[in-house]
Amino acid sequence: MEIEEVYSRQEIDEAEGRQINELIARSQTPIPDPDEWLDEKLKRNVLLTSVDAILNWGRRSSMWPVFCFPACCAFELITTAASRFDISRFGMEIIRASPRQADLMITAGTLTWKMAPQVKRIYDQMAEPKWVIAMGACAISGGIFRSSYSVVPGYNRIIPVDVYLPGCPPRPEALLYAISMIHKKVARRSLIQEGK
Amino acid sequence: MTTALSVSKIAKQLGKKFPEAVIESGADSLLLKAESLLAVAEYLNTAPDLAFDYLNHVTATDYYDYFEVVYYLVSMKHNHGLVLKVRCYDRENPTLPSVVSLWRGADFQEREIYDLLGISFEGHPNLRRIVLWEGFEGHPLRKEFL
Amino acid sequence: MTTKEITIQTEPFVVNIGPVHPSTHGVFRMRTTLDGEVVVNMEPVFGYLHRGIEKLAEERTYGGCVPLTDRLDYLASMSNNMAYCLAVEKLAGIPVPERAEYIRVIMAELQRIASHLIAVGSFLNDCGAFMTPIVYMIREREKILDLFDMVCGQRLTYNYMRVGGVSQDIPEEFIPALKKFLKEMPGWINEYDRLLKQNEILLARSKGVGVLTKDLAINISASGPLLRGSGVEWDIRRADPYSIYDRFKFDIPTGTAGDCYDRYRVKVEEMRQSLRILEQALEGLPAGEVRSEVPHLVRPPAGEAYGHIEAPRGDLGFYLVSDGSIAPYRFHVRAPTLINLTALNDMMRGWKVADLIIIFGSIDICLAEVDR
Repeated sequence: MEIEEVYSRQEIDEAEGRQINELIARSQTPIPDPDEWLDEKLKRNVLLTSVDAILNWGRRSSMWPVFCFPACCAFELITTAASRFDISRFGMEIIRASPRQADLMITAGTLTWKMAPQVKRIYDQMAEPKWVIAMGACAISGGIFRSSYSVVPGYNRIIPVDVYLPGCPPRPEALLYAISMIHKKVARRSLIQEGK
Repeated sequence: MTTALSVSKIAKQLGKKFPEAVIESGADSLLLKAESLLAVAEYLNTAPDLAFDYLNHVTATDYYDYFEVVYYLVSMKHNHGLVLKVRCYDRENPTLPSVVSLWRGADFQEREIYDLLGISFEGHPNLRRIVLWEGFEGHPLRKEFL
Repeated sequence: MTTKEITIQTEPFVVNIGPVHPSTHGVFRMRTTLDGEVVVNMEPVFGYLHRGIEKLAEERTYGGCVPLTDRLDYLASMSNNMAYCLAVEKLAGIPVPERAEYIRVIMAELQRIASHLIAVGSFLNDCGAFMTPIVYMIREREKILDLFDMVCGQRLTYNYMRVGGVSQDIPEEFIPALKKFLKEMPGWINEYDRLLKQNEILLARSKGVGVLTKDLAINISASGPLLRGSGVEWDIRRADPYSIYDRFKFDIPTGTAGDCYDRYRVKVEEMRQSLRILEQALEGLPAGEVRSEVPHLVRPPAGEAYGHIEAPRGDLGFYLVSDGSIAPYRFHVRAPTLINLTALNDMMRGWKVADLIIIFGSIDICLAEVDR
């Protein structure tokens, strides 16, 4: 068959298998959540300037999600983007395929170890500042599939998560509430913090 | 209504053509010897009064002493069905002949049985892991896994 | 002036249409070998959503496996529940009351319409009509999801059917709402036909593209709209009737050429036939109880059973082996979308990259069922 001359399936599969096994070995504990913005000391010592206010307003008014649609929650995300529960009123109707142009990753679905290196690669390619909403029970902790041999128990094993949204699948109204929580987080952000 | 063919009648018909193929004919399924699977399957596919041209599915189970592979055959012309079973007693390296040359629909299903249970199929053009990644240790659906 | 003939050296080039790609079909990867823009070979790679449902079911009770079946083909959860409950009832010999059978048929046919709306909408999305058809069809689907919300409180993974019937009776406001839906829906399907059926761009992009011949379709054990689009009149509701489908009158739409356009037409006609079945079922709905007396932990006698139905994507079946205990010994799903993918390579050879997306969209797969 022709394809044997162009690439070798066995080699590609083995290289990817090694990559997946290495990722499993590296991700045995969850990554801590980026919640230093809730810190009391920081709240008292940081003053938001008008430059901050304008930047934050710009960032939260048009956050573009990136494509990451593994499983069932994807359909609640699509119906949220449709006409009944419009996310276009938040400026988010453009779901960008290219990670460079996106700021928000709404992880909608179960993550398996086979898919994990690809999701990590997409997250790494997104430009700063970026946020993550873990949507659904499977994204928070593995959900109904937690005891399976091939499911990652929660996205926070491989990427840091900002907002956890429970539900199986969460209703579109719940997803809109999670988006408003992200907006609140962005509104409190200051340029001084970004130096960290 | 897809009528389930009378197993004893088929067993008698097969007994005339392939004398030692049939081990036992249960109430609703036919148990065959592994070596004669391909010959019997070809006969069932081409014989005009049987004409089993549609393989509904192939699946396999791990009973602790043996593996059992089940084939559900359907004939679209006559609208009747038959269940074939084959057993494999080797736990280390089970092998069976592949029916991909007769029914191409068995392609992905046999790869999946290889991936999840470890049964190899001779004559399959592309027998590799399909739902799990290369480098995964073990075969999950075996009873001794986890 | 003399012209010189220049021969350009070309070699095949591998493009990975990777697991994350901008279409609604899920995490599916195609390793395509291209010669210029023409596809020479295509190798499908999946397993990115393999959650081990078959192994997980061996540690859950028979009743507790129903939520797992919801998450198989998540766009047709009611059908998955129905197929599983049918298999367990066959295994254990449990009868189902009349009212429950009628309610199951109503839910299954509503689910078929909802699933085909998404299938047609995303097929047209892939054809190039960027978001308009899918947004219109999601609007219709929201009406069906409101009906399901009224019945069981959930919008996507219902967990409504139980072994021996359904979990609760339908509320009073359901039947007037369903009658209103049945009155309006044919008008919407006619509007879609007016806009799309003879649309030049749709015809140019999908007529004659991705042909699956009749013999190949039977040989690869295809089922559902893929098989019927190629001209084979095989529908489990007619060939091997289950539940009470032999009481209803409906037609089985089939295509002739086996190309993407025929598969699209088969789905639209099936929506109309489902509306017909819904009207007949609503007329004949009897009173009574909705679940027969079943112990909380069902213990079927040792043996095996196979129950299959006509799900929106094909012939969905459950093969169960029981050893007399409260959990299944073996739980296997006959996934129609996995088997339909066998011929994808043959359908795609010789077409260009843009046609690849359309052919893939027309066979309408759901990755959660392919990978289980």
